[in-house]
Amino acid sequence: MPDKGLGQLGDGLLFSAVVVYALAMLGYAAEQATVGARRRVTSVRAASQVLVGSGGSVEVPAETVTTVAPSRAGRAAFVLTCGGWLVHLSSIVMRGFAAHRVPWGNMYEFSSAVAFVAVTAFLGMVVRGRIERGLGAFVMLPVVLYLGLASSLLYTAAGPLVPALNSYWIKIHVAAAILASGSFLLSGVVALLYLLRQRYDRIGRAARFPVTLGAQLPSAAALDRMSYAVIAFAFPVWTFAVIAGAIWAESAWGRYWGWDPKETWSFITWVLYAGYLHARATAGWKGRKAAWVAVAAAVALVIDYYVVNIFVVGLHSYA
Amino acid sequence: MTEQLDEATRLTTQPKPVEQPRRGDLLGPLRLGWRQLTSMRTALLLLFLLALAAVPGGFLPQRKINPIRVADYIRSHGALGRFMDRLQLFDVFASAWFSAIYLLLFVSLVGCLFPRTRLHLRALRARPPKVPKTLKRLPVSDTWTVQGPADAVIDDARSALRGWRVERRGNELSAERGYLRETGNLVFHVSMVVLLVGIALNSFYGFKGTVLVIEGRGFSNTLSQFDNTQPAKRFSPSSLVPFTVHLDRFNATYAPDGKALTFDAEVTWSKENGTPAPYDLRVNHPLVVGTAKTYLLGHGYAPHVVFRDVDGKVIDDRPVACLPQDPQFLSTCVIKEAATKGQQFGFRGVFTPTTVTDATNRVGSSYPGLRRPALTLVAWTGDLGIDGGTPQSIYALDTTAMKAVDNGAAKALQPGETWVLPGGASLTYVDTAQWANLQVTQDPSRLVMLVAAIGIVGGLLLSLFVRRRRVWVRAGTGQDGTTTVEVGGLARTDPDRFATEFAALVQDMRSARA
Ligand code: HEM
Repeated sequence: MPDKGLGQLGDGLLFSAVVVYALAMLGYAAEQATVGARRRVTSVRAASQVLVGSGGSVEVPAETVTTVAPSRAGRAAFVLTCGGWLVHLSSIVMRGFAAHRVPWGNMYEFSSAVAFVAVTAFLGMVVRGRIERGLGAFVMLPVVLYLGLASSLLYTAAGPLVPALNSYWIKIHVAAAILASGSFLLSGVVALLYLLRQRYDRIGRAARFPVTLGAQLPSAAALDRMSYAVIAFAFPVWTFAVIAGAIWAESAWGRYWGWDPKETWSFITWVLYAGYLHARATAGWKGRKAAWVAVAAAVALVIDYYVVNIFVVGLHSYA
Repeated sequence: MTEQLDEATRLTTQPKPVEQPRRGDLLGPLRLGWRQLTSMRTALLLLFLLALAAVPGGFLPQRKINPIRVADYIRSHGALGRFMDRLQLFDVFASAWFSAIYLLLFVSLVGCLFPRTRLHLRALRARPPKVPKTLKRLPVSDTWTVQGPADAVIDDARSALRGWRVERRGNELSAERGYLRETGNLVFHVSMVVLLVGIALNSFYGFKGTVLVIEGRGFSNTLSQFDNTQPAKRFSPSSLVPFTVHLDRFNATYAPDGKALTFDAEVTWSKENGTPAPYDLRVNHPLVVGTAKTYLLGHGYAPHVVFRDVDGKVIDDRPVACLPQDPQFLSTCVIKEAATKGQQFGFRGVFTPTTVTDATNRVGSSYPGLRRPALTLVAWTGDLGIDGGTPQSIYALDTTAMKAVDNGAAKALQPGETWVLPGGASLTYVDTAQWANLQVTQDPSRLVMLVAAIGIVGGLLLSLFVRRRRVWVRAGTGQDGTTTVEVGGLARTDPDRFATEFAALVQDMRSARA
């Protein structure tokens, strides 16, 4: 039987994690507000020709590399994010102990795990120098909103699984789906920031809020690389998750694929990300169009989890 | 850009952009059409179309999954509903337009796989391309001078490039690695085709049948034993694996709030002339016999009834399968009995495992487990319509030629109780058995699908994580005896990581002669 005390402890820890993330978000925002004063142009790369695969060469516009002196608020925000991450991790572990099973058996737990992956991916990429810490505000805002919504609307007390979910496949399939989804959502945020930055670059001083936020962001090229790196990681994981899901469906329901709404939306998501990868490889589709595809794919993913689970009738509706 | 540089920088078998055909080329338009179809741009377009075409299937009810909801939807939307039906919006994944898109996509895929595979095989056998004239124009490059002869420098460079495929031409070195990226990419795309072949195989030769089995009974895997079958177009009944399954016991456990915890069908199965063996058939734990898999799909209750004639002779003694209607297993039952004197009785009602009655005397069930079972029935007498020879559903009662007993008053029976009907015949509710709904599938494509799945995931990993890159080294000794070394490099993806790798390589080469 589920352990009530541990379950409540887990819920409390998740709530604390949200509070700490929110504080971190404020710290990042404070850092952003003063970014102009600390900005330094450190080097300028001249316009250069870069070779492309099939059609000769393209002009790459001059790229100014600017660095921003670190601020105390930013550093504090980063430490807070790491602290929140630890609290978040312990809340998930506590859930697992409370329910005596993997802590991703319903939508509430699932959402918490997806947000956890997004934060982990963000922190990991910051540490490896692949993403800028300054994006923290833009990452923590959706994470806080998402966790807040998930724990109020989708709250489920710790309990056992329904029999259809009771299989070792839940460890494999759902874990892969969570890993991919958290990363995809992060890439969706970065793709939106790319579009913002790109628009800012195009209209410059005439920009109004929210396009003015673009001034604080890394260069469009850097954002584009970041979102590609995240998607290139998440796509094989998602592919694996979908295949593992099909194998599970075969052992539970006797068919690999039945175009159940959940399966349909996973398929749409998958095809859109395949489209994104193709788009990046196709001349004329790089950049803005590819970023819109990444955003559309992330929307399909959200539909897959929330709209389908809550509003559309199907075998998977395990809310 | 020189031809040579162009060749040197091609690190992919990606189809080139489509060019206009030469004038006077009669096959030109055809060739152009084919090149268009197999271009990256078309593949991209078709992928988006495929995603878009699947969207209605993700929102609207689909006939294949839920025909009842489709019928409701069409009824409540009138002309619009019928129009949508004509557009095949309720059969999206079997529709003409969806099929057209994925077939075109796969034609495009196959069409671009052949030239790509040929190009890649050639690249695998080819030596890394010649050193371009100007290494400075590559994305990363470096140059320095050292003391010593050029060929010694090239030897150093060669040892720094361990693990690379290296080609030496005089005092020039071309190196390349990461061929597996393209190999993986091709494996991935080929596996997509294999997956489609597997799906086609199943839709031609597969079989699916469902059967409801009550505790103490069984079935054998032959066509006539199933309640419902879905054989594929080319399926032949003789390919059904011969075996029998007997349901010994069915167990379900529930949490106090009624949520199901476990389902478990204890069966005994045997192959033709084989020794019987027990098996625990559960959700996620099918019984595998050769290519046939037997699944536990659903379950329900089957109250055991005995029907006696006026003179007390037992006419019928059997469990009657009732169909669950809600999560608490309120189930509908139909019983048809023909007494010896020609009198026929029909019963219709509900079985409730944990019976509750509300203020208006309506029965319901408050828990799915067997706590206070009751069988509540209304009886009819008259003509059941079973003598005409037309097949009838055992779950439906046609009362058009019948008269309600007791003006249609319902009678609630608890286990052991008997209802004596007007005229003297009687119905006894003895106890309660359970039934399991089993599904047998035979899928000849399982191995093909497994191969495709491994190819898809493995191919993708290689395609996205292996980095294809080239490095060139040129050394020239001048009149003063010093050697100038030029190094340049190019990567197809992840320029940042390549820059780091390149810097380390240069470091290696330089330190050898420091
Ligand atoms: C069946 C649908 C298809 C799917 C799901 C699919 C998926 C993918 C994926 C995931 C990649 C990896 C991209 C990367 O390396 O970043 C890729 C690459 C590629 N695909 Fe497809 N593809 C499909 C159809 C096609 C077709 C029809 C063509 C032929 C025109 C094609 C040509 C290519 C090429 C040339 C690449 C390599 C791009 C490059 O890295 O330069 N694909 N595809």
